[in-house]
Amino acid sequence: MTDTPQKTSSGGLNKAHVAQFMARQGILVAFILFIIVFTMANPRFLAVDNILGVIRSSTIIGVMALGVTFVVISGNLDLSVGSMMSFSTIVVLDLHDKLGPLLAIPAMFGMTMCLGAFIGFLVGYLRLNSLIVTLGMLSAIHGLTLTYSGGKNMDIADKEGTWFDVFGQGVVFGLPVPILIFGLLALVLGLLLARTPFGRQVYAVGGNGTAATFSGIRRARVVFLCYLMSSFCVAFAGMLQASRSMGSQNTVGQGLELEVLAAVILGGASLMGGSGAIYKTVIGVLILGFIQNGLLLVGLEFYVQFVVTWVIIILAVWLDVAAKRGKLWSPIA
Amino acid sequence: MSNETTKDLIKSGAIWGFIVLELIFFSVAGAYLSLSDNAFMDLDNMLLLLKQSAPIGIIAVGMTIIMINGNIDLSVGATYALAAIVLLDSMTWPIFAGLGNWVIPVAWILALLTGVVLGAINGIIVWKTGVDAFIVTLASMLGYRGLVFMMNGEQPTSHLNWTLVDFAEAQFLGLHTATWFLLAVTIILWFVMTRTVHGRNAHAIGDNREAAVNAGIRVGPHIVINFMIIGFLAALSAVVFYSESGSVNPNDGMLYELWAITAVVLGGTKLAGGYGSIIGTFGGVIAIQLLRKGLGHIGADTETVNLVIGLILIAVLFLDRQLNLKGEEELRV
Amino acid sequence: MTEQKPVLRLEGIVKTFPGVRALDGVDFDVRPGEVHALMGENGAGKSTLMKVLAGMHQPNEGRILIDDKPVVMTNPIAAKENGVILIHQELSLAEEMTVAENVFLGELPRKRFGLVDWKTLDDRVGTILKQLNCDFGPRTRIGSLSIAKKQMCEIARALTHSAKVVVFDEPTASLTDSEKVVLFDIIKDLQKDGVGIIYISHRMEETFKITDRISVLRDGAYRGTLNTAETTEDEVTHLMIGRTLDTSNGTNVSNRGEVKLSVRNLSCGNLFHDISFDVHAGEIVGFYGLVGAGRTEIAETLFGLRRHSHGQIMLDGKEVTINSPVEAIANGISLVPESRKEQGLVLGMNCRDNMTLPQISDLTQGPFVSGGAEVDIYKDYQKRLEIKAPSWRSIVGNLSGGNQQKIVIGKWLSMKPKVLIVDEPTRGIDVGSKSEIHNLLRELAGQGYAIIVISSEMPEVLRVSDRIVAMYSGRIMRTFSAAEVTEDSLIHAISGLGGTDAAA
Repeated sequence: MTDTPQKTSSGGLNKAHVAQFMARQGILVAFILFIIVFTMANPRFLAVDNILGVIRSSTIIGVMALGVTFVVISGNLDLSVGSMMSFSTIVVLDLHDKLGPLLAIPAMFGMTMCLGAFIGFLVGYLRLNSLIVTLGMLSAIHGLTLTYSGGKNMDIADKEGTWFDVFGQGVVFGLPVPILIFGLLALVLGLLLARTPFGRQVYAVGGNGTAATFSGIRRARVVFLCYLMSSFCVAFAGMLQASRSMGSQNTVGQGLELEVLAAVILGGASLMGGSGAIYKTVIGVLILGFIQNGLLLVGLEFYVQFVVTWVIIILAVWLDVAAKRGKLWSPIA
Repeated sequence: MSNETTKDLIKSGAIWGFIVLELIFFSVAGAYLSLSDNAFMDLDNMLLLLKQSAPIGIIAVGMTIIMINGNIDLSVGATYALAAIVLLDSMTWPIFAGLGNWVIPVAWILALLTGVVLGAINGIIVWKTGVDAFIVTLASMLGYRGLVFMMNGEQPTSHLNWTLVDFAEAQFLGLHTATWFLLAVTIILWFVMTRTVHGRNAHAIGDNREAAVNAGIRVGPHIVINFMIIGFLAALSAVVFYSESGSVNPNDGMLYELWAITAVVLGGTKLAGGYGSIIGTFGGVIAIQLLRKGLGHIGADTETVNLVIGLILIAVLFLDRQLNLKGEEELRV
Repeated sequence: MTEQKPVLRLEGIVKTFPGVRALDGVDFDVRPGEVHALMGENGAGKSTLMKVLAGMHQPNEGRILIDDKPVVMTNPIAAKENGVILIHQELSLAEEMTVAENVFLGELPRKRFGLVDWKTLDDRVGTILKQLNCDFGPRTRIGSLSIAKKQMCEIARALTHSAKVVVFDEPTASLTDSEKVVLFDIIKDLQKDGVGIIYISHRMEETFKITDRISVLRDGAYRGTLNTAETTEDEVTHLMIGRTLDTSNGTNVSNRGEVKLSVRNLSCGNLFHDISFDVHAGEIVGFYGLVGAGRTEIAETLFGLRRHSHGQIMLDGKEVTINSPVEAIANGISLVPESRKEQGLVLGMNCRDNMTLPQISDLTQGPFVSGGAEVDIYKDYQKRLEIKAPSWRSIVGNLSGGNQQKIVIGKWLSMKPKVLIVDEPTRGIDVGSKSEIHNLLRELAGQGYAIIVISSEMPEVLRVSDRIVAMYSGRIMRTFSAAEVTEDSLIHAISGLGGTDAAA
């Protein structure tokens, strides 16, 4: 805008600096404050087994949030992950008894990713509005799951005679397997997003899709791959869920899409696309997990976390928006 | 005026065509497949259909004005549940014990007030913080649901007042009380959106927000008013429904926002705001309900309803896009 | 013009934003019935000053006087009520609503109970539209109108009030010549009614044609006011940029090489027909014509963004098929697009990432992007194009228009293209950067690039081109060499007067 910006103040910590810092790291600061407060309220909060417990219980939301991060950065939404997760959970449980776990897992991944590919085709290649497409798919996949399961819950018949529970319940090197899976996925997908040409193209498509096309980026393909990535993560989440409980209702993922989205937003990704990061999403997931845990530890009912999450999401996004415009309150009359 | 009305009629014509198609299909298919002897287009069946459309319908009408205004409200389901609890719970409050049946209007007013306040909270946050309505209401969907649990615990709240049940089950000129509410709401809001300054300004804000600001339209108050209206309507929907049912579960109203949005989109309202039709939304609501009943009538599993509606939503989006393509001259970005 | 009391006076306006002093004590006044131009480079503070005047920003210091009475413009409504109307550069109309609703946006006439008084609305808007010689009615949907007609609606808005001051912010940017004539007539009518007019434009020619005085801003400060009749373009330019500018023409020494690109009988729907031309290495071919003549569409077709229905594209004598930008790039065609902000740049990304975007897949070490290779490319082109950015990490959206444009040009030069297409190279760029970009294009031609420049500004086309293709309504009317072209013959060709080359 300006060729010669003249500084009004020189050096020092002025409001603009603080605002900028909050915009970049505000969520981290809030997270640390939150941990300090709850540790003072209940020292058990920071005990190793409690921390592992929190992370472990966050892994299913977390794994899905990793995939949704790709979709959100590319400038789209994915509201179908919850019902897609129900689908993959039911499918893998059903196939487990029919094909055995070794075949059931890849078959379930294949079926789930077909759904992701379908959404990616609709949003990427046909350029349909992602909110409505994934809303429609939320409903359609829910129907698909109910039809597949005949409306019944699904259980693994022989819970003792299978190694399938290792993903959800196993422990390796003293770490629960789901945490390892979540960590590994976060690392790989984080590198993919932050360090590879594909990741850069995702940011470009979300930041300005037209300019990306004018730069020779295959926008449709990038969007398609983001949804494929999302469904890949959903398949992982479904596997973790199935392996943890070894049986499931066919509505197990219902409503999770919004919790997942909340985690991604809490991590600072903009719904407009073009900003966000895997590590930030992980922080968002952990914040949600620790809020839940912290409130339980101080003796509040589980639903109090809903209200607290409400306040925290609004505050987090508000701070972010306020820092970007340099004003706390919206100037809109 | 005539110009605008004809345009409205043409644009909303599609949904009525679809309804006619549904009627024909289910009547013909029903004659071969139906398990019952009743014709699908039986008068009682149709009257019941209207009544059953009312809860979602009343909310969908509110969603239309929110979407015309360029926003979205994901918290209506939770608002609905909270208003329902206020309605049923307040009738048992000791301070109203001496009121006899006069407790009914008091409970209604309290419930409706709850809706208005919750809507106003959303609206004011959207206005004052400048955070996107999608995020604000996504968060308050969680938060309001938390309030539901806090008021109610995890158990259902029940209170049957027989005067109220009689009123809710009454039929006037053949139509049920709920249907009358749906019709009244549709007509009043159609009038508000097409004829009043508030309605036209709300269109302008959704159409081109910057232009509206530049023209001196006070964007904030209009947004807040619309959120108050949808809050009121979500509560009204609850009032109408729970007067009859008398029992509310803390998870009631979940996914109502998605059904309402589906009806609005089927009715031809522009996702980006600025254009929409209340009458079209009414058609969308009827079309969805017809589909539900019709599929049941021809003996399809109730589960397939979700599948079919999801796919129809996507198909509508696809057709809309195909109709707007400019053919070979289009820039391919 | 006799000295009259100014209808509007701005005194010592200061406006600061966090870190920036956007306006530094600006004085400005407008007399009734005069057209007063406000000029300055992009970022000089013109828009900020007008936003202060229209109540969209509050000044930190200084005051606004209307008819010698101080007023406070708290918001756009207050400005309107004080008789100050701003006609925006970017159209601000609600597309789905009617002309009448847009003209009275924000102040629809009311009846009881908050109902809209449609009859009054139609009557009043109908009258105004007649006054403006518009051929559409108040019930027409805005979305169905052409850009020029939409602009008429903006102007109609100004006429709904007893305006004392009307601000035109770059009003001719998207108008055709005949539409400009209508606009200038309207401005004259307003003048006759004693309205003071503030006219903001980058175009010297029209500024000198219609204004009475010219005031210049530079770096947020007031630099002086000149009487239009007594000054020259050079003097105004000097005030604007603080130095004199070399705008000489005819130094185009072309060392024309072999044919790089040839296009034969290219057609696309109703957009353009039967287009044939060659571009040689080391020359710049300028495409000149009115908005909508089909120039941009040809560029987009060559770049694979549109499908052509007929014809051939040949590179180095071999026919190529180009169905997507990816294929165009692979064939060595680059396009610097018309709209820098919408098509050229990802504004939220940093300079380096924007510049390397088209070749990011090739800049890898193993599976990862090589940050070092990227920085090398950026630094190379930053030096060559003299891009002024604090570092490669700077967000592109914070740079000036000229530097943004250089990033886009650098992005495509780094692809080492055979053919470089530049669409509106200096749109919305200040005078100083303009001439830098013109010199740059000439230099590139000197280095042997085959370049197509599309422009709506005649001085620009004349300055940079070796040959000029004149287009009208989707057809090539005539091709001029730099030696033979005159302004008159060019205007003649692009107005559709006379036949095509083939017909002549």
